Amino acid sequence: MPGCPVLGPKLSLCCLLVSVWGTLQLCLMGVFFYVHSVGLLEDLPVAEEIKRGMLKEYLEEVDYLYSKGAQNCWIAACLYVFSMVFSIWQFLANRRLAERIEQ
Amino acid sequence: MGALFRSEEMSLCQLFLQSEAAYACVSELGELGLVQFRDLNPDVNAFQRKFVNEVRRCDEMERKLRFLEKEIKKDDIPVLDTGENPEAPQPREMIDMEMQIFIDCTFQATFEKLENELKEVNNNAEALKKNYLELTELKHILRKTQVFFDERDTEESSEIRKSLITTDAVGGAPTGQLGFVAGVINRERLPAFERMLWRACRGNVYLKTAEIDSPLEEPSNGDQVYKTVFIIFFQGEQLKTRVKKICEGFRATLYPCPDTPSDRREMAMGVMTRIEDLNTVLRQTQDHRHRVLVAAAKNIRNWFIKVRKIKAIYHTLNLFNLDVTQKCLIAECWVPVADMETIQLALRRGTERSGSTVSPILNMMTTKEAPPTYNRTNKFTQGFQNLIDAYGVSTYREVNPAPYAVITFPFLFAVMFGDIGHGLIMFLAALYMVWKEKPLQAQKIQNEIFTMFFGGRYIILLMGFFSIYTGLMYNDIFSKSLNIFGSSFTAEHIPLNDIKSHEVLQLNPNSTAQQYTNKPYPIGIDPVWQLSANKISFLNSYKMKNSIVLGVAQMLFGVMLSLWNHTYFKRPLNIYCEFIPQILFLLSLFGYLVILVFFKWVWYSADTAGCAPSILITLINMVLMKDNEVPGCPSTVYAGQQQFQQFLVLIAFLCVPWMLLVKPFVLFRQNSARVRARANGVNSTLAAEEGVVATDPHSSGGHGEHGDEEFEFGEVFVHQAIHTIEYALGSISHTASYLRLWALSLAHAQLSEVLWGMVLSLGLQMEGWWGGIILYVLFAFWAVLTVGVLVLMEGLSAFLHTLRLHCLVLPMVEFQSKFYDGNGYAFMPFSFEVILEAARAADE
Repeated sequence: MPGCPVLGPKLSLCCLLVSVWGTLQLCLMGVFFYVHSVGLLEDLPVAEEIKRGMLKEYLEEVDYLYSKGAQNCWIAACLYVFSMVFSIWQFLANRRLAERIEQ
Repeated sequence: MGALFRSEEMSLCQLFLQSEAAYACVSELGELGLVQFRDLNPDVNAFQRKFVNEVRRCDEMERKLRFLEKEIKKDDIPVLDTGENPEAPQPREMIDMEMQIFIDCTFQATFEKLENELKEVNNNAEALKKNYLELTELKHILRKTQVFFDERDTEESSEIRKSLITTDAVGGAPTGQLGFVAGVINRERLPAFERMLWRACRGNVYLKTAEIDSPLEEPSNGDQVYKTVFIIFFQGEQLKTRVKKICEGFRATLYPCPDTPSDRREMAMGVMTRIEDLNTVLRQTQDHRHRVLVAAAKNIRNWFIKVRKIKAIYHTLNLFNLDVTQKCLIAECWVPVADMETIQLALRRGTERSGSTVSPILNMMTTKEAPPTYNRTNKFTQGFQNLIDAYGVSTYREVNPAPYAVITFPFLFAVMFGDIGHGLIMFLAALYMVWKEKPLQAQKIQNEIFTMFFGGRYIILLMGFFSIYTGLMYNDIFSKSLNIFGSSFTAEHIPLNDIKSHEVLQLNPNSTAQQYTNKPYPIGIDPVWQLSANKISFLNSYKMKNSIVLGVAQMLFGVMLSLWNHTYFKRPLNIYCEFIPQILFLLSLFGYLVILVFFKWVWYSADTAGCAPSILITLINMVLMKDNEVPGCPSTVYAGQQQFQQFLVLIAFLCVPWMLLVKPFVLFRQNSARVRARANGVNSTLAAEEGVVATDPHSSGGHGEHGDEEFEFGEVFVHQAIHTIEYALGSISHTASYLRLWALSLAHAQLSEVLWGMVLSLGLQMEGWWGGIILYVLFAFWAVLTVGVLVLMEGLSAFLHTLRLHCLVLPMVEFQSKFYDGNGYAFMPFSFEVILEAARAADE
């Protein structure tokens, strides 16, 4: 059974595009977090008191937050893989429905 | 020079067509689409022209076709669109007679028959349906009333009679027999009907109702209505009329109902058979109608195309002149000189098709009229040419800015839109449209926004591509920087104590601590700037200078292009009195500014940077003839700067009277010399020159310098004054105007940074297991906003600003006002393709 389309043809295409984009970008961003990219330092939620505190604590905190960020990105990327599969399924279901109507 | 550099050379031609061959020849020319016919009878109104009957017949046929199409659409029959392009049908012999017969036979007859048939079928169907409704209602009545009558005849129902009789007895006229009326009424009217009956007859009638379960179709509008069968018992004639009137008022349909059960049964049987018969007839007519429409749907596209082509041909033939002998039609048309051969060929084909032996004559004419502007474009340059034409169609044979716009337009756009990520989105979207070009074109999507994007797909493609490049230069991808080659700055040698104690540290390239590797970042801006506190002030200075350099370069290029116009149109005076002072003026002020910018970039290293002059102040002081006073630094950048700058300002100021005065006075002298020569009756060289010029079709366009018209010194002088002031003030304001490149680029970068910080960054900062899920949601939000706000809205704004820099309102334009007249009119060839496209657009 091809399944009934929940999303319309346009919405499923839109979701598909966002999912592909999300998967790619979030995977890459996860890698960048993992290698401690300096450009993403601004996006780490380092507490003010740690910033002013000891250097060692600060470095540990930053290390932790980087790995946490990488993890978050990869979780989100996985979710996007799921939604990609879902929207591909929806997209195909819509197409099949359209073909059947045409016949 | 390339084909796009100047518009095509056109010539006015006279075309002699034999009457028999005219139709076929024009049809061939229409397929070709390279000839623009001129109206030779402009003072004859549309109803007095020669082929008005044919045009009218085509209109009639088109109307019928539209009727057919409407019917087809009503029945949801798919219209076959093969995309083929049938030729206009050929009239066999004499245009008038044969054409009429031909059309009548093949088209009109078919259409008329179809149309009549359809109308008849429609009428019949309505009548049949009405009949059918009545019969079904009657059927229901018969069935339901049977129950009532059964009740009446049983013992219990004698109660009713008793009650009615007793009340009647009070009224005073007792009779044994009860009368009745049966009918059908809309269900929602029933309560009111009941109440009305009760009141009007003072409760002396007995109403019985039964609902019809299935809805019935109203024939007039096809609605499904629920109805109720009723039967009313009463006594006496008076009540009968009253009841009938009330029924009429409530639009209830009354049916005769026989009294005896056997009659009723018989009638019911009769009704049943009639309904059966009607059903068969109805089904058959529906089938027939459907078959007719399906057959028509197969051909209707082709018919439309054919009829429209015929109509266009007759419209064109109406523009022609008939010669005295009535055997020959004379047309005048604009033709691109390069296509003479193809047009001759098409004419010959047309003659052969019509079976005529006399070949048509195409004869070039000389004219003083300015020919139309025809730029031969392909699908790539078309979009750019349209942008340029939005400013004004170029004067005939003038330098066309479109080939330069192919590069400058996307480039200036990208300067404002510089971001790898956004550029990539744009590029991919356009790439898809270019890749799927043919299928998308075949789909004929009528969405206005989509067609706009689709029309500009090559522009968008280039804009996206250039934006990726400038994004690389700005080192900007979704407001983040890429560290591809490794930053040239390092903080490794800074002592730990300094890092602990300072909120912000300066990475000074000049310091001994080796914070700078002395090798600049290979491409674009060093990624270290993304983290720096003074990022914006650094980028501002860079982008501002950048936009001035680009702007002056483009304006200079525009002035240079005017040289090609002046030499082509043989206006040496304009070179000496306009082009040279213009170039000098621009170079001595703004060219020098650009040189200073580069000088400052190259000359000053990190240790002397403190003494680098502010370029804006230097320029202002240069015009005001003041010194640059910076304490502790040399007052000049190089030796003799003061004197050199004064010299440049002097040149710039000299250029103004040069532009203003020289040309009017030279023209004045030439004119008075000519007048004197004419007065002396001597055919001087000047007059001979005049004769030469007059026969040259190109230079006799809009330039009155050589013409015979009156020379008005005041007018020429005022015109020149306006031109000079416009140029001098324009080059200052236009230079400032190019600063929009910086402003928009800054705005774009800031907006994308804000979007990242306010949306996506929140998702990245979440701790705990739900962080990923929140990031998932926020990313979708961020992606939609990125496309909607940054790519579409910001892209549109950058596009409009680029358009403004290239061409928009006449005196305010930065690039094109330097060389572009835009006084031409477009070449609009007679082409079936254009006509059919317009007709289709009007349909939808």
